[in-house]
Amino acid sequence: MALRNTISGRISGRGRRSMSSWWGSVEPAPKDPILGVTEAFLADPSPHKVNVGVGAYRDDNGKPVVLQCVREAERRIAGHSNMEYLPMGGSVKMIEETLKLAYGENSELIKDKRIAAVQSLSGTGACRLFADFQKRFRPDSQIYIPVPTWSNHHNIWRDAQVPQRTFHYYHPESKGLDFAGMMDDIRNAPSGSFFLLHACAHNPTGVDPSEEQWKEISYQFKVKGHFPFFDMAYQGFASGDPERDAKSIRIFLEDGHLIGIAQSYAKNMGLYGQRVGCLSVLCEDEKQAVAVKSQLQQLARPMYSNPPVHGALIVSTILGDPDLKKLWLKEVKVMADRIIGMRTALRENLEKLGSPLLWEHITKQIGMFCYSGMTPEQVDRLTDEFHIYMTRNGRISMAGVTTGNVGYLANAIHEVTKSA
Amino acid sequence: MASTMLSLPCTSSSASLSMHQLNKGKVKLGSSDSSICINNDRNSPFTKIKSFGRISMTVATNVSRFEGVTMAPPDPILGVSEAFKADTHEMKLNLGVGAYRTEELQPYVLKVVKKAENLMLERGENKEYLPIEGLAAFNKVTAELLFGTDNPVIQKQRVATVQGLSGTGSLRLAAALIERYFPGAKVLISSPTWGNHKNIFNDARVPWSEYRYYDPKTVGLDFEGMIADIKAAPEGSFVLLHGCAHNPTGIDPTPEQWKQIADVIQEKNHIPFFDVAYQGFASGSLDEDAASVRLFAARGIELLVAQSYSKNLGLYSERIGAMNIVCSSADAAARVKSQLKRIARPMYSNPPIHGARIVANVVGDPGLFSEWKAEMEMMAGRIKNVRQKLFDSLSAKDKSGKDWSFILKQIGMFSFTGLNKAQSDNMTNKWHVYMTKDGRISLAGLSLAKCEYLADAIFDSYHNVS
Repeated sequence: MALRNTISGRISGRGRRSMSSWWGSVEPAPKDPILGVTEAFLADPSPHKVNVGVGAYRDDNGKPVVLQCVREAERRIAGHSNMEYLPMGGSVKMIEETLKLAYGENSELIKDKRIAAVQSLSGTGACRLFADFQKRFRPDSQIYIPVPTWSNHHNIWRDAQVPQRTFHYYHPESKGLDFAGMMDDIRNAPSGSFFLLHACAHNPTGVDPSEEQWKEISYQFKVKGHFPFFDMAYQGFASGDPERDAKSIRIFLEDGHLIGIAQSYAKNMGLYGQRVGCLSVLCEDEKQAVAVKSQLQQLARPMYSNPPVHGALIVSTILGDPDLKKLWLKEVKVMADRIIGMRTALRENLEKLGSPLLWEHITKQIGMFCYSGMTPEQVDRLTDEFHIYMTRNGRISMAGVTTGNVGYLANAIHEVTKSA
Repeated sequence: MASTMLSLPCTSSSASLSMHQLNKGKVKLGSSDSSICINNDRNSPFTKIKSFGRISMTVATNVSRFEGVTMAPPDPILGVSEAFKADTHEMKLNLGVGAYRTEELQPYVLKVVKKAENLMLERGENKEYLPIEGLAAFNKVTAELLFGTDNPVIQKQRVATVQGLSGTGSLRLAAALIERYFPGAKVLISSPTWGNHKNIFNDARVPWSEYRYYDPKTVGLDFEGMIADIKAAPEGSFVLLHGCAHNPTGIDPTPEQWKQIADVIQEKNHIPFFDVAYQGFASGSLDEDAASVRLFAARGIELLVAQSYSKNLGLYSERIGAMNIVCSSADAAARVKSQLKRIARPMYSNPPIHGARIVANVVGDPGLFSEWKAEMEMMAGRIKNVRQKLFDSLSAKDKSGKDWSFILKQIGMFSFTGLNKAQSDNMTNKWHVYMTKDGRISLAGLSLAKCEYLADAIFDSYHNVS
């Protein structure tokens, strides 16, 4: 090879710096625990395979869904708008509508312009921008993350170099909320700590605090002066009603907290691949909001300059049109209801099979995911023997369950757990 | 940074707690000193001490954590457009951001893009998450477009290609990879370079230094300085090169000079890192504009290339580009690709789909691809015409002997006028011509109709302002 002829004489013994490759020390990265599941699923030739891994909604035929309101929005925007760069902070219209969803249609906070908000690369991008912002402006702070949480949360704050702590959340014995443990951790954390909270439909457990519990959490946050950062990826998906799903946030706002929120349209508008979301930070006043927004933009510029337009246009077209918005609300409810129906079906099937275990949590938990309580070994058996794909923490994406596969799924779960 | 404890006002009445509520909460026995101190709790600048004799109580107040956050400076490039929008003067001209405009100074959506979008609409494809590395069809065509379909690096699967958020996002992925796997390695960037390059490497914590590039005396390339600085850098440095149509100067090395640059890079065991944001826009030919990259690849050197489709396909706001890393083996490429994915996941999980599909459709379809090439030539052609007209107008006006021919020699969207900051400010303040402070004008924002006016402005700023 020409390479060797020209260089062999000059590079003996250079080890890692030899011309053969710069990348000798680069190990293969481990597969992403969530997205890696889908990759494995796609590679499986079995006709019985079931994908209950990634949280992407499927209809009752197991097919991805593009909402009608989205199709209509796309028809309207196709070929009409040019593709000029959005402002660094993203689509103003989209942000306006998005804030209304989270903070309330007639929120005074929006009117008073106290919210610093930028369009983000879906929920991931919003969390990452906030983590980078936290690192830059509160470099001594750390983030308290619930156990368990979406695995990418750990990656995000780690790559932003913000030290992580955890707080109790899931109670394995009851498969519900470890409220006492959570409150203890909140009380014991140094005052003014940053906490990551799932606004609704906790991922991966599906376990949410009740309204009463949220009020107590909010009160304790006040006492301790903690900063609440909400990740709201499932507004509308939990109960079927976006207003209801924002309740935790509204409670905190009523109590006067200055919060941060990451919002995503991946699930509730089915815009997964469009990467559209919003990061907002509630400030004391308009002046501070302007300053904070400018700094968020400053962080985004060397990451991707400005956010992608297509998804944002879809969102603002839908939410800006009363009829389309109504259609959207209807379609979100249909999706949420289907999942609630599948929860019931799965539980009933398991009980009918005579499972020795309790499966009440399947219907108590809320949102896209069910934390089944299965062990990694049981999950492996599900995959190896039954071609059922899910993450090894036992999380089932209920969105992947259909009337067609719920029986098969229940059977398989029963098989691997009956002797547990 | 607001790390000192100050007396912070309680800004919201709903935040104040009654004594009754306080009594339910924590009571700290602390110093009787009523000046502000937070005992051992240095993490809470948001609490206010109320002293009651020997008992201090901590009360959470409604003060923002981000009290100390100051206003960021406007972005030197994107901030220009924002200022332009606010200007109401009728002769205003936006020569700031590099976004192509028609002769009527309107944004331009390429016909092939409209066709591709209609095809996509008809097909009604879903909007599922892309894999972390992006759309496979896109990754395939983008690497082929850059290296040539028959290039051995492609045939041998030695290229790790990952879809990125246009040029910026692709550069950032690579910067993060460098930081992780080449700790302490420096990136050499041209002086001057695109403003955001420095931000990207700074935020990725990769050290950088500059190599000489622009020679103000000749308004051309300081080739000797460039070679000397690349030679002087520590072995194994990354050298950031603009594949074609250097931004902001418009000054590109000649083919002969590229060869010499490749020689010295090989000699010093450096890693070439190309930023290719204008393939097709420089000469009008996609292949010609990739010549520098292909030259290096043909030498068997491992290299990095960031691509963007913002300008050449007019897909600015779709944020579509790619990071390509040519490795010495398919195995190395697979490993490198996996690590790029690991960097992308905590940044945005997976890239946006819309732009990727457009590119895959345009580049992957022979008919659309031919049409694209024609539109590309048209856009590059318009810029060449505008350069000629501007040069002619300035030469006619300026009898001082000043040589304006650099306008014709420079290539691509931008021209480095040689105007200094004060002169550039004059362009804006007096003539309402918006440009960046480094003297860069975007010819893509200039129409034949406005060349006279611009010539007047440049002539005035150059000769009457220092």
